[in-house]
Order: sequence, then structure tokens, then C-alpha cells
Amino acid sequence: MAANNYYDPADLRKFGQITEWSEELGTKFFDYYGKVFEEGALTAREKSLIALAVAHTEQCPYCIDAYTKDSLQRGVTKEQMMEAIHVGAAIRSGATLVHGTMMMNKVNKLEM
Amino acid sequence: MSKIKQQSLHKREAELANANRQLEILSNGIFGDGELPTFAKKIKETNQFPLRPKKLEILQINVGYMCNQVCEHCHVDAGPDRKEIMTWETMEQCLDVIKNTGAHTLDLTGGAPEMNPNFRRFVEEASKAGIKDFIVRSNLTIIRANKKYYDLPEFFKKHNVHVVSSMPHWTRGKTDKQRGEGVFDLSIKALQELNAIGYGMPDSDLRLDLVYNPNGAYLPPEQAGLEKDFKHGLLEDFGIHFHNLFAITNLPIARFLDYLIASENYEDYMYQLVDAYNPTAVKNVMCTNTISISWDGWLYDCDFNQMLGLKVASKVKHISDYNETVLNDRNIMISQHCYGCTAGAGSSCQGAVTE
Ligand code: SF4
Ligand code: SF4
Repeated sequence: MAANNYYDPADLRKFGQITEWSEELGTKFFDYYGKVFEEGALTAREKSLIALAVAHTEQCPYCIDAYTKDSLQRGVTKEQMMEAIHVGAAIRSGATLVHGTMMMNKVNKLEM
Repeated sequence: MSKIKQQSLHKREAELANANRQLEILSNGIFGDGELPTFAKKIKETNQFPLRPKKLEILQINVGYMCNQVCEHCHVDAGPDRKEIMTWETMEQCLDVIKNTGAHTLDLTGGAPEMNPNFRRFVEEASKAGIKDFIVRSNLTIIRANKKYYDLPEFFKKHNVHVVSSMPHWTRGKTDKQRGEGVFDLSIKALQELNAIGYGMPDSDLRLDLVYNPNGAYLPPEQAGLEKDFKHGLLEDFGIHFHNLFAITNLPIARFLDYLIASENYEDYMYQLVDAYNPTAVKNVMCTNTISISWDGWLYDCDFNQMLGLKVASKVKHISDYNETVLNDRNIMISQHCYGCTAGAGSSCQGAVTE
């Protein structure tokens, strides 16, 4: 039982088991999750790429595993995958940097 | 990451060249200790055990394991170094069967079937039997491999052969990674030649279908969507037409099994297959309507069982004793590789088996 690592790739296979300790919420979550990824106004492939980019900004190893595989399965090329990750990275670094305006505002307010 | 190997497992005398060793692997480990249910146990859940044939529709004849390519995922372990080739004598026995069969489809496969020295003679004779659908599984590059094959498209046309060819992607990178350097360009050229004489054109009776199988340890996507992508990609970039795309799951045997183990993907892949198990697909798995004949005339439930050395569980085991009625009354031999046929929409040599 005792794992030596916080993250074990084999744990991803157990994701479905979270329902066992809270049937109602678990089932609701998976129903919702399944619906979200159905083909809709966006294709399943577009959704997979969004998920891949978000998996990276969330830095969730399970999601990275899952959506790399899912993207390959949907015929996404590695160039497309890398571009998607750059979009995530750009937003993330942009989000850091744009807060620089807060710092600038504060400095301007504090300094005479 | 993986490299294209230049030799078959047999030539390399690799451990997995041995079919029994493959069967051991498929029965031990995660399936041996009950972590995952065996295929037999799984189909028992829906009362589908033992698996039994329905009406025979397809005779699939493997005329030899020799191939001009050495694709990494090959379930035949085919390659230029394989010497197992059907003799004319066995072909004559096949022809007798073809003349009397109730099957509506004849499906020639290999290796590269065209490399059998008696291939053309066999096609000429077999086409006289008046079978409704006569398929040759051609890997496309063979058509450009050597001058003596350049006229294959015309030859196929003359005998109204239905050409089914593998094409792993509509972009160069993915195709060459799976099948070897230059395969994409040669395949494109071959497809253009087939199109030029009418194969695969909209409204043409000269059928040209493509087969896709994933380039690694993941499952194929939904077939209809992928067909659209292939059609769009091949038409836009190369002006190529084809009829249908079959999305086929890689079964964990032979070179693909070797790859799964070497790349430490085996367990995850088996989990994927078991997770994607679809009881509806079981009803239509290929072995329920197909008989597979090997280069040396033995009979099998499917080409995969042929590679695993699992002969039919019937009194009739060889083409020399062929009897369709006796043969159809049998239980199908199964193991964990069968999960590859029942994942998602299911998989067969004709692609998905459910809508
Ligand atoms: S997959 Fe087909 S083309 Fe490739 S080596 Fe095997 S038989 Fe030959
Ligand atoms: S591998 Fe062969 S025997 Fe097993 S389910 Fe598929 S077609 Fe049938």
C-alpha cells in the first residue's frame, strides 16, 4: 500500500475508484466530465488539445499522461501538441507579467 | 522512442519469435494474478463463452510472411528475411476450396502477397471462381519496390481486385516513423498511380480502401472521423482519393508485443484494451465469420491466432481435409490478445465491427 512517491503512474488507473468513497459526488463528477469531452460546438480533438494545454499549466502529471495519449489517439501531431503547450505557457507567463502593472501602480503610489 | 528494426524477430532469434512464449506472457503477469480478468472470464460475464463462429463469409489466405518492409508494429513479424511462402501445391488446394466455399469474400494477405512467385497465377485462377469480393492487402510500397511490380495496378484492375492498403497517417512524419524512411513518399506515388487508372475514385467500382493502425501504444480514434481527416489531408495535399478507411487496433502479439514490452508500455496498453472492452463488439469479431489459412495450409480462427500457432479446435485442421460444415462447428481459440478485437468500436481486418 505504502507508496514511495507522491505520484505513481499506476494511480491514474485508479481514478475511477474515487467514486467508491463518495458515490454520489464521484458519479456526478464523472458524468459531467464525460459530457464535457463529448463532441459539441468544439470537436473532441480541439477539446483534447485544450485539456493538454491546461494539464501543463496545472502541472498535473496524470492529466499530462492522459491527454498526451488522448491527443495521439485523435491524430494530433506532436507539432500541434507543442504549440498548444506554448499557448498555455504564454498565458501563464503573461499572467505573471501582467501583474507587474500592480507592482508598478503600488510603487507609483508609495513613492513621492 | 523506437527505431525501425531491419530484421524480423525470427531472424534476430528474439525471445518473442516463439509463439508459445508470447502466449505465456499474455497469460501470466497482470492476467495470471487476477489483476485484470482474462478474456474468457470477461466474455463469460455476458454469456458469450465459448466464442462460436456464425456463417462463414471470409476466407483469408496468407500466402507467405515475406515482405519488402519490416514495420515495427507488424503482427506477422514479416520481412525480407522470412522464407515461409505458400507453394503452388497448397495454392491449388486453396483454389479447390475457393471454388466450393460459401464465403463471399476472398482476402489475400501476407507479408507482401505479391512477393509470392505464384501470386499472379493464383489471382488469375482465383478470380475465375466468381467470388463477390476479392481483396488483396497490398502495402503500396511494393508497387514501387521493383520494376517487376510496376504494373501491379493494371494487373489488379484486370482481375477486378479490391485493393486494401495500409497508410498510417496523412502526413509524412508519422508514416515514416512507423514503417521506415521513404515509405510515405512511395505510398503516395502508388496511391496516385492507383487513382490514375480509376482505383478509389468517387463512383468507381475499383475499390481502394486504406487501413490505419496507431503508431504506438494507444488505441485508434473513431473510424468515421479519422476517415474524414485522411480524405481531407490526402486530397488537399496530394490530390488522392480512396473509398473507406478501416481503423484497426494493434494486437499485442509478435513485433507489437515486443515493442510494448521493450518500451514498458505493455501493462498500460493491456489496461487500455480491457477498459475499452465492448461486449457488443464480441458478437462481430472477425473469427466469427472468417477462416484464416496459413502459407503451409493450416487453418486458424484468424490471422492473429495463426501467428500465435493456435490452430482451429476442429477435426479439420488442414486445407487438405477442408470441410466447411465440420469446420464451422467449433469453439474459437482465445487468449488475452483478443481484447484487441473488442476495444471501443471493435477491430477487424475490415475495421470497426460496431456502428
Ligand atoms: S505490417 Fe504489412 S507491410 Fe509492414 S512488415 Fe508487416 S506485412 Fe509487411
Ligand atoms: S484475435 Fe482472433 S480469435 Fe481473438 S477475437 Fe480477434 S479474431 Fe477472434
